[in-house]
Amino acid sequence: MTIAPARPGGRVQEHSAAPGERERGRRRARRRNVLSALLFLSPWMIGFVVFTAWPMIYSGYLSLTDYDVINDPNFVGFQNYVEMGSDPKILLALGNTVFFTLLQVPLYVIVSLTLALLLDRAGRASGFFRTVFFLPKMTPPVAVGVLFLLLFNGQNGLLNTVLGWFGINGPAWTTDPAWVKPGLILMSLWTVGASIIILLAALRNVPTELYESAKLDGAGFWRTSFSITLPMISPALFFVIIVNTIAALQTFDEAYTAFFGAGNTTYSNDAALFYSIYLFQQAFEFLNMGYASAMAWGLFVVIMIVTAIQLIVSRRFVYYEGDR
Amino acid sequence: MTGVDVDLPVGGAAAPAPRRDAAVAAAATTVPPTDATALRDGGRRPRTRASRVFAWIALTLLGVIFVYPFVWLVSASFKPRTEVFDNKLIPDTFTLDNYVTVWQQAPLGLWLMNTVIVTVLAAVTVTFSSAMVAWGFAYFRFRGRGALFALVLATMMLPGAVTMIPTFLIWNGLGQVGTLTPLWAGNLFGSAFYIFLLRQFFLGLPRDLFEAARIDGASQFGVFWRIALPLCKPALAVVLVFEVQAVWTDLMRALIYLRDSATFTVPRGLKSLVDAFGFGGEWHWEIIVTASVITTIPMIIVFFIAQRQIIDGVASSGLKG
Repeated sequence: MTIAPARPGGRVQEHSAAPGERERGRRRARRRNVLSALLFLSPWMIGFVVFTAWPMIYSGYLSLTDYDVINDPNFVGFQNYVEMGSDPKILLALGNTVFFTLLQVPLYVIVSLTLALLLDRAGRASGFFRTVFFLPKMTPPVAVGVLFLLLFNGQNGLLNTVLGWFGINGPAWTTDPAWVKPGLILMSLWTVGASIIILLAALRNVPTELYESAKLDGAGFWRTSFSITLPMISPALFFVIIVNTIAALQTFDEAYTAFFGAGNTTYSNDAALFYSIYLFQQAFEFLNMGYASAMAWGLFVVIMIVTAIQLIVSRRFVYYEGDR
Repeated sequence: MTGVDVDLPVGGAAAPAPRRDAAVAAAATTVPPTDATALRDGGRRPRTRASRVFAWIALTLLGVIFVYPFVWLVSASFKPRTEVFDNKLIPDTFTLDNYVTVWQQAPLGLWLMNTVIVTVLAAVTVTFSSAMVAWGFAYFRFRGRGALFALVLATMMLPGAVTMIPTFLIWNGLGQVGTLTPLWAGNLFGSAFYIFLLRQFFLGLPRDLFEAARIDGASQFGVFWRIALPLCKPALAVVLVFEVQAVWTDLMRALIYLRDSATFTVPRGLKSLVDAFGFGGEWHWEIIVTASVITTIPMIIVFFIAQRQIIDGVASSGLKG
């Protein structure tokens, strides 16, 4: 491909002659530099205005209206927000989402940390195993939703068959409201691949000398883990926790595939009604765009609060080496 | 697990003189660890052999759990409906009928084609535009750069739900709902996470090189296109692969924007099959399973081609900054 020139001001060589001219030339060069910078930044700047800033403002406005796409928005003040407070489905969806997040994130972190620690010790084989554990991450979430329905099937699913070998009578994961969320959480642990890789990289970057001097000082396994390993990888651990919390609060694909959709009547989908799913239904199935916008801002506030809490708590536990 | 761990210290006092693999020990002393090299030479740190064997056994058991669902899914796709749930790895009755039926029941070829179009356009545009913006932030010095970049980072925190409805209204106003355009055209403007990732990479390149090219008469765009981008290939590959994965599997946008089965992407199509052959009445598991296999395989192929980039990319993206 040939170069598509984007040269503001053309190619003017800067051979400033007279000493008095130099200052003016430098200023002109700087101005041209800013212009080039703006040109490079322009895709993001246009995108930010059109697809972020304006949508945010408009979404804020819509959240104060009744809007069904067909008729013009009808201003109703804070009515949507007031309604949210007394909508039993919102409380249900929020409860489901919080329950899911509170259980899923710690398990997710424990599983990925355990696997990362094992991989860290595996020597040459770790490359092969890394691939194995990352693979599920590449499975489309819709297919994961299908797998959930199959493997977690109460009567003849693989999971309950295996549990049966140990004399455990597995629950009806996909139909018993009490077991739907635990099942989805278990299934989600299958896709810990990315977190494993991040934690493994952090483990590999802990300086060996630290372990050697700890050994000389007579520190045992637990002492080493809590005084060296965990503090040294805490920034990566914290990153994994934050990112997964935000993702868990927005869970959609797998649960929507397995429990919602045209013609679904057989499943107890109340148990799988997550906040993002209810928001999607309000917006695009019931066409309550105003109400859905208010819900979106509610989610935003929840995510902000949770992240802020995590940041504050992390100050006590996350150890940053030097100024990095 | 606890007991075993105590016996196999990371570097604890229990083992008086840990036996070391000579090569590993040598590597440990000579190679300074960086993200990428540390990941590649598995086992830089001296370990006891017992510790390694324990890790192998545990990883093999867990690895079976992680891989088995794939194997199960593929095997089930070769079984007739009555045997889908029999949990046998080798089907009693081996049949290719499911693949034939899926192909007849659903325009899978068309869906695959739509997905490929959207994925390629989305990945190429987002990679190019993000690189351009990242270069703008990494190379140029101007007032307000820090604040502007902070704004880029701030947009990563915004949940998609907030902009989802107005964005839908924009595409609706432009008459693009029902077409594939909304699924990729937003990518023309770059994406915050990739801008961040690529900027980090550009900042690591030697600046003198670019200054020299400028003095030799290269244009601003020439420096970016002919010098910076080629040096940035590994990072570009990461972005490309991430976006391919994200777009290939994207369900929500397809649910919002696609109306007609002829325009469906693969995830949307698979969802419609689940609706039609599942929720619609009696579950036709064999069809859903087979369609899932067909949906998954292209991603697995991408993964095996780009394994190293993906894994190193994930590793470095989460740690720096």
